[in-house]
Formats: sequence, C-alpha cells, structure tokens
Amino acid sequence: MVTEDPAAPLLQMQGIVKHFPGAKALDGVDLDVRAGEVHCLLGQNGAGKSTLIKVLAGAHQPTAGTIRLDGDEIAFPHPDTALEHGVATMYQELDVVDGLTVAENIYLGHELASAGFTLRRSAAQRTRQLMDRLGHPEISPHREVGSLSAAGKQIVSMARALSRDARVIVMDEPSAVLDSGEVDNLFRVVDELTEQGIAIVYISHRLEEIRRIGDRITVLKDGVTVGRNLDVSTTATDELIKLMTGKNVEYAFPERPGVPDDAPVRLEVTDLALADVFSDVSLTVRAGEIVGLAGLVGSGRSEILETIYGARRATRGRVELDGKSLRRGSVGAAVAADIGLAPEERKSQGLLLDEPVYRNVTLSSFARIARGGWLDERAERSAAAEQAAALELRPNDVERPIRTLSGGNQQKVMLARWLVHGCEVLLLDEPTRGVDVGARSEIYDLVRRLADAGTAVLVVSSEIPEVLGLSDRVLVVSDGQVVHEGPAEQIDEHQVLDMVMEGSVA
Amino acid sequence: MSEQQTSSGAATHTPTARAGGRRTRGRLPGLSGLSGATVRNLGLVAALLLLCLVGFLTGGDRFASLTNLMIVLSLAAVTGVIAIGMTFVITTGGIDLSVGSLLGLTTVWASTLATQTMADQYGWIVMVGCALLVGLAAGLINGVVIAYGNVVAFIATLAMLVAARGLAELIANRRTQIVDQPSFETTFQGDLLGVPKIVWIFVVVAVAGWFLLNRTTFGRRTVAVGGNREAARLAGIDVKRHLMYVYGLSGLTVGIGGVMLLARTGAGSSTNGLLLELEVIAAVVVGGTLLVGGRGTIVGTVIGVLIFATLTNVFIINNIDSSVQQIARGAIIVAAVLLQQRFARRSKAG
Repeated sequence: MVTEDPAAPLLQMQGIVKHFPGAKALDGVDLDVRAGEVHCLLGQNGAGKSTLIKVLAGAHQPTAGTIRLDGDEIAFPHPDTALEHGVATMYQELDVVDGLTVAENIYLGHELASAGFTLRRSAAQRTRQLMDRLGHPEISPHREVGSLSAAGKQIVSMARALSRDARVIVMDEPSAVLDSGEVDNLFRVVDELTEQGIAIVYISHRLEEIRRIGDRITVLKDGVTVGRNLDVSTTATDELIKLMTGKNVEYAFPERPGVPDDAPVRLEVTDLALADVFSDVSLTVRAGEIVGLAGLVGSGRSEILETIYGARRATRGRVELDGKSLRRGSVGAAVAADIGLAPEERKSQGLLLDEPVYRNVTLSSFARIARGGWLDERAERSAAAEQAAALELRPNDVERPIRTLSGGNQQKVMLARWLVHGCEVLLLDEPTRGVDVGARSEIYDLVRRLADAGTAVLVVSSEIPEVLGLSDRVLVVSDGQVVHEGPAEQIDEHQVLDMVMEGSVA
Repeated sequence: MSEQQTSSGAATHTPTARAGGRRTRGRLPGLSGLSGATVRNLGLVAALLLLCLVGFLTGGDRFASLTNLMIVLSLAAVTGVIAIGMTFVITTGGIDLSVGSLLGLTTVWASTLATQTMADQYGWIVMVGCALLVGLAAGLINGVVIAYGNVVAFIATLAMLVAARGLAELIANRRTQIVDQPSFETTFQGDLLGVPKIVWIFVVVAVAGWFLLNRTTFGRRTVAVGGNREAARLAGIDVKRHLMYVYGLSGLTVGIGGVMLLARTGAGSSTNGLLLELEVIAAVVVGGTLLVGGRGTIVGTVIGVLIFATLTNVFIINNIDSSVQQIARGAIIVAAVLLQQRFARRSKAG
C-alpha cells in the first residue's frame, strides 16, 4: 500500500551521472519530487537541465544513479517506459503533429482501437473529458492542431500527458512561447493539475514565475545539484543567483589594453528593430573594441547579430559601417563592406562539413581568389595555409575535410574565412560553443589580437562570464530590449543575471 | 565544489570525440577531396567494363566494332549533354523534371517552317540560336519560380514539363517537322575525324562542364549551395540568383541537346524526349551525384550515361525484349542508390 505521507517523494532521482563521449553532462544530480507540488528546476544554460529531463523521459540512459517512483527503483530504457510509469515530458518545441486533429494527437501512439479500426467517437469523448479537466472545453477534439495557438498546443500536449495517466509532468520552459495572458492561463491549469495530485517539474529562467507557482526549487550548476528542495517562499533571489553562478572556474582572458578615446567608430547601429523579436537597439563598436551582448536564449541577442549582418531584414533602423549605410537584408552588402559573421550553429550555418578546410576558408573570398570566375586553387590553398599557421590550426592541414576537426579548430576556420576576406567588423555568435576548455583561451586570445589589429568585434554568448571577461563594453539584452550598457569591468555575473531574469535595471 | 568547467550543454556538441575516429577512406592527404570521387569513378568504370565484356561475349564482333562504338556514343550524346546540366541542378539539391518536354519543345521550335525559312536566309545559326534561347529561357523561368517564388523544384519543373509539352504540340500541330535546311545539315550531321559531330559536341560540353564544376567560382558556389544552403547564404553567396542560373544552365544544355537531336533524327517532333528526364536523372544518380546535394561529379555522370547507352546496345544486339531491358535499368538504379545511401549515412554519422 502506498503511504499517504505527503512528504514522501513520489519521484526520486539520486546521484544521476551522464557521460557523453568526451564530456560529463551530469555529475551527480539529486531530485526529489512530491505528489501535488510544483518543483522548479533552476540553472544556467549548460547546467544540465535538458540532459536531466531527457534522462527522466527515457531519451537518455544515465551512466550511473537511481530513479525511484513510489519508492520502487525503476529504469526508463525507452521513452515509452517513462510514459507507462506516468512520467510525461512537455518539451519546449512542442511535439504535436500539426496536420492531425486534437483527439488524434492526444491518442497518437496509443490509439483507442478495436480490431485495427480507430474508435473515433470514444476518442473524441475522452478528449472532451480531458479538455474539461484542463479547463478548456472550447477546444474541440476535431480541431486541427495546426490551427491552434502555441498556448492551445501546450494544452493538447498536457492532455496527452493526462491521457497516459501521468503522475509527473515535466514542463521545459512552457512560458517561453506564451504571452502574459496565456501564462496566467497556464498557471491556472498547473494549479488544477497539482490539486489532482499530479507533480509538476517546472523549468524556467524567470524567477518571478517560480515565485508565483513554485513550491520547492532544485538548483543545478555544471551538472551537479547545488541547491536541493529550497522553499520558494523563504529563499531569497540573491541566494538563488549565487547558487546558479557559484564560483566560476576562471578562464584565462586576455588583458584589455583599453580602447583609445580617439578610436574611430566602425560600426554604428541606430534604432534597429525586427518585428516581434527586438526593438530600439542602438550600439556602436569602435575600432579595436570588443563589445559583448549578454542575455538569455530567446532574448533576441543572436537575432540582433544576424540583422546587423543582413541575414534578417530589419523592420526599422540603420546599420552604418565607417559612416556608410548598409543595404537592409543583404548579406552580400555586409560581406562586401567587410563585415564577417561566425554564426551560432557553426555546423549548420557556417561550414560545408564534407569540404576540405581550404574551401571553407575561401568561401567568402572568391573576389580575391578567382579571376574572371576561374578559381586559383593554389592561391586558395596558400591563403588558407597562411591563416592556418597564424591561427595554429590543428592539425595544420588545409586538405582535411572540416568534419574531422574539433569544435575549436572549426571555429578557427570560421575566423580564417574572415581574415582571408579582410574584416573591419567581426560578429561572433557563441564563439566557444562546442569548443573544449583548452581551446577556449586560444579563441579568446585570437579575438583580442584581431581587435588589437583594429577590428571592431561584437560578441554574443550565453555564458555570461565569457562576455564579461572578453569584452571591453557590455550590453545586456532582455526580451528584445537593451536594458544596460557599460564597461565590462564595472558589472559582474550576478548583476547581469539579476537584470535578465527580472527584466529590471539594477 | 565542482571544478568541472565545461558547460554540459555545449559539451554535447563537441565533435572531437565523434569525429576523432572517423576514417576518411579514399581521401589521401595531399590529393584533396577528388581522390574519394576517383575511387567511386573507378567502381563505375569497372561496371562499364563488365558490361562491355558481357557485350563482347554475347555479341562478339557485332558489339566490339568501331561502327557499334559510334552508335553507342551517338545514342549517349543527347542524354549526356542534358545530364551535364542536370548534374549541376542535382548538386544544388534540386531536380529538373522538365528536360524531356523541353527537349521536344526546342526541337519543334527550331524546326518550324518559319525558323527553317529564316535559316535559309541567315544560315544554321538561326535554328541553333532558337533552340538555345528557348531552352535557356524555359530554364530561367524554372529558376525564377524555384528561387524567388520558393516553389519546390519538383513541382515547378513538373509544371514546366506539362506546359512545355503542350506548347510543343501547339506549335507543331502534332505533326513531325522534317529538317530540310542544307546549312544546318552540313554543319551538324555526319562525322568529323571519323567521329559523329554530335559526339564531339557531347565531348566539348562534358569537358566544359567539368571545368565549370571543378575550376570556377560558379561550380564552387553550386557545391556550397547544395552542401549547406544556409552556410552559403551567410558566407555572402547570393543563393537565389545562383539557383536561377543553375536551372538556366540546365535549360541551355537541353537547347544544345535539341540541336543534336535535330541533327541525329532530322526531325522536330513534340514527342521528342518523352520520359527522357527519368533517363537523365538515373544516369546522374548512378554516376554518384548525391540527390541531397553537395556533391556532384561530371566524370561519374558521363560514365553513368555510357553505362545505360551500352546496356541498351547490348540488349539490342542480342535481340532481347525492351521490357527486359527496362527491368535491368530499374535494378541498376536501385543498386546504385542503395550504395549511395550507405555512403550518405556514413558521412552523416559524424
């Protein structure tokens, strides 16, 4: 018999360790979830939240550690087993099928059927019951899911969890796609679910939300639980942020020589806006200066870079290079004006993975490498080899397919591309993503050397210490707005997090 | 407490561990990516030689004669020229289904009474110019619709396939138009140095295509657009304009093919090139150009075309039913694509 002790954990994860080849994503995580509570999971980007919920959903197998449900040790070798045990996960990118109806989505994979025929009527009936239970009787079982808003899709996703008799529902940043009215509605639904004894594991960056609906908090940092079962009502924001940032390992950041006051402004962005993403962004970067944009994923920071670069067409505003206006929405114009971008997703946005290093290096420099449309492969190779040597590419072989290089060396190839082209302004989006620790300081040094040579550099990173350590000046972006601007030395990680999480200026 | 500083989210993306052990078979350092293609091409050559051996064993001298070789080459020439253009299209990750219909249209348009009469006055250039312009224009229309209209290439060129055939029927009034234009006939029919002139055209187009793909910025852009469209765009390549050019190029090769077909058959007809698109695509794919884009090989395409032409020839020499030949064709396509997919999976695994 199940004990009715409300304090006994429904779900208990202990000492969860998850290794990926070459990296430890989780290194001893504990999580206790009680029936009927909203348990918040807090942590910075890369703290291990996503990995943890994938373990809980059965999508990843933990390297070590135990999972207990109602005190019984269980394993989730497959996503289906997790569902069978009543653990359902709502991912951020909702996994509903747009072309199917609400009822079809809810019973997808466990269709109500008799002799191979789906029982449409009873599916519809049960869907109506589920929707009533979630307080959304207006969503018809026969409605096509593609016609619902993000909030509606979320409800469908929850109904699907309930249809599998879920006792624990994991929600990964459910509010990220909702506007404020929809968020209120989400919270109401969450309240109703917890009243029915269902446990919610709630992941969010927004402290205000956690204050509103959370019961207890677990804080992750670098794959380890650093704060367990903290009471939401008694734990100060300050303490939470301290736990999330902790003491960071010091990367060796290059020294800032300081930008002379008379250094010319290279890049000037005025009132730049992209509909529904960011607005009123104005910034300048001077020759030799490194400016950092700090903000959370989804704050609009990457979009700002891409819009400056012309990869997205600004709805408003101006981008000027050395006083000359750039054509809106034209990457070609930006490249011709010597602006270079090392994009966020290097592999999908930056590189031709099967092509050799030298062809990736020269991809933007045909005007220099080719005459009348004819490629000079010897010139290509020597230009690439020259940069490979200067950037200490390892292995120093420009013939290798770029796929075989490490993340740090792939990033060097991206930098080499713009060095061969010649670059006045360098836009770096997550310059050290997927770059191992040893190679990071090398990248930092390279960026600083480029700046010292007169390049204006604009850096975006989700790792706040990186932005603060590398930049001369920092802009903090929250919800598509620049909320702070100032010298990097005069602000710390704690203050930045405070600003982006509360959306207020410190 | 924890000294581990790797952010776990980022670490999962680290390619080092996965990439470290990857073999790069067929890629010798110092010989660039070409050597991998060379290995694949050697496989194709082996298949072609095997086919020739079968031809020789079953047909004897009827197969292994200079005359028969020229027949095979003439047979391959028209498909071959169009397959060169198709190689570029497929390398970008696209497809051009309209080539067969367009071939019919170009032969019809270039052999109307009006065109031939004008050619009597100004020479063969009128007919050739007509065929090339019609092909190029139709190709550019494909390109504009695909690149700027964001219509899937399969649909856009399917529409062109249907429309071009209709236009050809309208112009020809469903009659066969005999070419009776002396300057055209003397220029394009017959042999040069013992080899049919249309075979020479094939050779010239194939060599030009090889240089275009492997030695020019146009070719490099084609590979880049097919290999990673977003990366190409962010590197500053005007992807849309380039796609338009590539489909234009495909249309142009169809125009050249139209001239060659007029020379070979001496007649323009709206039924010319029926189902040719399938033959062309099959040859390109069997040759080793990846349907998903990012890798194209002119040498492979030429060998692919020769394989199919030789196959047809061997079957004809042995008086085997053309239905059996179709079955053999199908089997070859499936076998080639299966091998290709295995290759693609392996290269995706990293």
